[in-house]
Amino acid sequence: MALAQDLITPAAPASGIVPEKVRDGIDLEINGEHYRHTGDPQMPLLWFLRDVLRLTGTKYAGETGADLVLLNDKAVSAITLPMAKLADKSVTTVEGLAANDGGLHPVQQAFIDEDAIGCGYCTPGWLIAAVDLLKRKPHPGDDDLDQLPNLCRCGCQTRVRRAIKRAAAGKADQV
Amino acid sequence: MRGDITHDKLRLSRRRFLQVLAGGAGVLMIGIRTARADNAPLPAALFGDNFYDLGAFVRIDSDGNVLIGARDPDTGTGVATSLPRIIADELDADWTRVSVVPLGLGVSDNNGQPRWTYGRQIGGTGGSIPAAWNDLRKMGALARWLLLQAAARQLGVQADRLHCESGTVIAPDGRRLSYGSLAESAGKIAPPDQLPPVKTPDRYRLIGQPAGDIDARGIVTGQTQFAIDHFYGDALVAVLVHCPWPDGSLANIDFTDAMAVKGVVKVLMLKPEPGQALGNTAIAPAVAVLAEDTWSALQGRQKLKLEWKPGASGSESSAALEQQGETLLNGKTDPTMRVRNDGDVDAAGKKAARRVQATYYQPWLAHAVAEPMNCLVRLDKDHASVVVPTQAPQKAWAVVQRLTGLGPDQIEIKVPRIGGGYGRRLDHDYVAEAVMLAKAVDKPVRLLWTHGQDLEHDYYCSGSVHQLSATMDRKRQLTGWNQRMASASALVRRSVPDNRLWTSELDADQIPAALIPNYRSDWYAVNSSIPRGPMRGMPYLSNAFAVQSFIDEIAQSMKEDPLDTQLRLLGPARQLSLSTGGVLDTGRLTHVLKLVADRIGWKNWLHSVNGLGIACWHVNGAYVAHAIEVAMQGEKLIIQRVVCAVDVGRVINPQGLEGQIAGATLDGLSNALNLAITFKDGQIQQHHPKDYPLATMAQLPNAVEVIIVPNDDLPPAGASFLAMPTAAPALANAVFRATAVRVRRLPLMKELLRLL
Repeated sequence: MALAQDLITPAAPASGIVPEKVRDGIDLEINGEHYRHTGDPQMPLLWFLRDVLRLTGTKYAGETGADLVLLNDKAVSAITLPMAKLADKSVTTVEGLAANDGGLHPVQQAFIDEDAIGCGYCTPGWLIAAVDLLKRKPHPGDDDLDQLPNLCRCGCQTRVRRAIKRAAAGKADQV
Repeated sequence: MRGDITHDKLRLSRRRFLQVLAGGAGVLMIGIRTARADNAPLPAALFGDNFYDLGAFVRIDSDGNVLIGARDPDTGTGVATSLPRIIADELDADWTRVSVVPLGLGVSDNNGQPRWTYGRQIGGTGGSIPAAWNDLRKMGALARWLLLQAAARQLGVQADRLHCESGTVIAPDGRRLSYGSLAESAGKIAPPDQLPPVKTPDRYRLIGQPAGDIDARGIVTGQTQFAIDHFYGDALVAVLVHCPWPDGSLANIDFTDAMAVKGVVKVLMLKPEPGQALGNTAIAPAVAVLAEDTWSALQGRQKLKLEWKPGASGSESSAALEQQGETLLNGKTDPTMRVRNDGDVDAAGKKAARRVQATYYQPWLAHAVAEPMNCLVRLDKDHASVVVPTQAPQKAWAVVQRLTGLGPDQIEIKVPRIGGGYGRRLDHDYVAEAVMLAKAVDKPVRLLWTHGQDLEHDYYCSGSVHQLSATMDRKRQLTGWNQRMASASALVRRSVPDNRLWTSELDADQIPAALIPNYRSDWYAVNSSIPRGPMRGMPYLSNAFAVQSFIDEIAQSMKEDPLDTQLRLLGPARQLSLSTGGVLDTGRLTHVLKLVADRIGWKNWLHSVNGLGIACWHVNGAYVAHAIEVAMQGEKLIIQRVVCAVDVGRVINPQGLEGQIAGATLDGLSNALNLAITFKDGQIQQHHPKDYPLATMAQLPNAVEVIIVPNDDLPPAGASFLAMPTAAPALANAVFRATAVRVRRLPLMKELLRLL
């Protein structure tokens, strides 16, 4: 027994590696990955996504809704969300809509099929809003689509309308 | 450059050509580094270089993957799809094997002067497809010719007995060689002295067929990077506060609190360079906060304490400028420019049996693009690297060159897909700002404006007043037309001679010019220091609203069906010469007008419960008509149906065209419904996107029915803003039918609710 004890006597490692305490921060999940934000808690999620993670699909948007993300499955504007409010929350951005194997979300495929794209800057926001809407209303009518908060200067609205209806009808060709 | 092209003479030596193939001079290398598709293979062989000062556009690798460069900036117009398809068709490429890369600026050093290696590179002005039709087809044909020569050698068959099909060369005996297998040997063949002929239209496989946006997958997955999505690790983020008056100055600054924000590195003062034309230098004096990241920079910006002093523009108001315009039009002074004077309007007026007169008002407009002004600049001793959303990379180059003094080919301008243009990005004040800051801090800079700044510091479209009067004889024929317009020219302080300032405001050939024997068009200059610049759809936008509303009023005054009035005015199908050298084909215009009238059920116009309105216009050889049906529900305007017919000559991509026409229609409606820029004491009163409310999904029609007139005998005309001008007058005419209220002032909703 004494021999065994000797064998497990702790000794300082020779490598000079010093254990460090994990930094305090805000833990959250983004597109299924775990992240810890250790900077300013007031930083809006938008800048954490864009400047820190370089997930640039979520856009600096003005009022167009191009900065929408899904927060626990609900569409929210990322510039209005301070990191402080996101502890243990789950966020999905446009980059997280497709399946891990690259298979597109039916809404993404429907936007391609209807060519519901102008310049493309506000498209990620429309996609997020559409996913949110279809979750609440699997078969939305025109009145439901009228409630979408997004804006598009290119005038994609008629094609977006068709795309969301196509996705709802399950006509999207799966890739 | 165009002269060179028509001569079809090659300047390129075989030696130079091979060098390029070896990747040495490799202008296309710019493009390669920005390959978009995730799996885009790196092409091994390159066809072509500087034909007629145009660069290389095609590469094929040994597996048969084809890389085609997209020359023009794509602001959402679809040219990154349609231009490469023009090349791919001439090349007989398999479109499923084609990857497209945005080329960025093509420039080489020609004894210290820039040589534009890709030719014309301008997006969003309606000129991309007409230009590509002239030159890019030949680039595709040349690449195909080279492949045929290589195949001829390999097969021992004369090249003219071979034909190409979807990436394969096929011999008369059925033997087949893929483009991939021919790429290497084709690359060693010297180009011909004369450019090979382009295809005959019966052999088009892609031209005229629908195609979705080339970037669609990248966009819906969030992978497509706009300029704003580009980074350099060590770049400082720069955000600005501009002086509210472009000619004002900084009176007081306290930046202690701004500097105290963690991450803020520097606060700097910026000034427009004196003597520079608008759009080439900073738009107004500004204070810049430079920080390690965007959030710190924006916080620092908020903590700046600034006092600004107005300059001469400090007393201007949009209301006073409108009065200035009205006074000019009502006074007796000569016009600034008599734009057109056919026959004798005054004599026709004296003989007239009837006269109609009306005045129309357009507000000032902003561009309100989706992707705000931004620019990423890295300056090294002998190199500048710029990533920028610009519609005119050659103009961006000139700004960078002037500010850095670098040689032509030491400046690299990368132009990713752009989040909207509308003419705003034909100016490069934000490029100048970014370069000035990068020079000052000796570090790369990522400049970013807020959307509020985009509204407050724009090169606006001037408001305008249009006074129209028309005379008719006893047979109700229009005998005279007097068109008077007052506005602040978009071309002031832009090195344009005084006698051309009207050209941004009026089209000398606009309807009903050439259709009425006595026609006069006068322009009066309104003076303003508020910066102006190019705007999508101008000068057609404001004039079509006035003219097409007025024709509706003429019809009303004669108790005639407005469609009949329009058709009588256009007269029999014939070709009329225009002052620009172009032609007005009244048959084509009549045709689109009749198409929309039929589709919307115009014969019920008088008896419909809803209101119906029509309008038509012609723009640079393209023709457009709108028919709109509206209903009022209390104070709510419902746009029930919108039909738009266009004739643009040959159509390259009908799906893309449909998108452009529907999109421009909605943009035109959005403009007309609610948008106006106003200013008081020289300060813009719209500070936030909420103050300039683009139309929502609910306000816009559920669908736009687009009718494309097939007209393959004629070369393609540009269509990027074709459907904008007629949207507003068709809407106003429909509103009149639904409400009996004639809206002569935009934005429409505000005026309608005032008059109801």
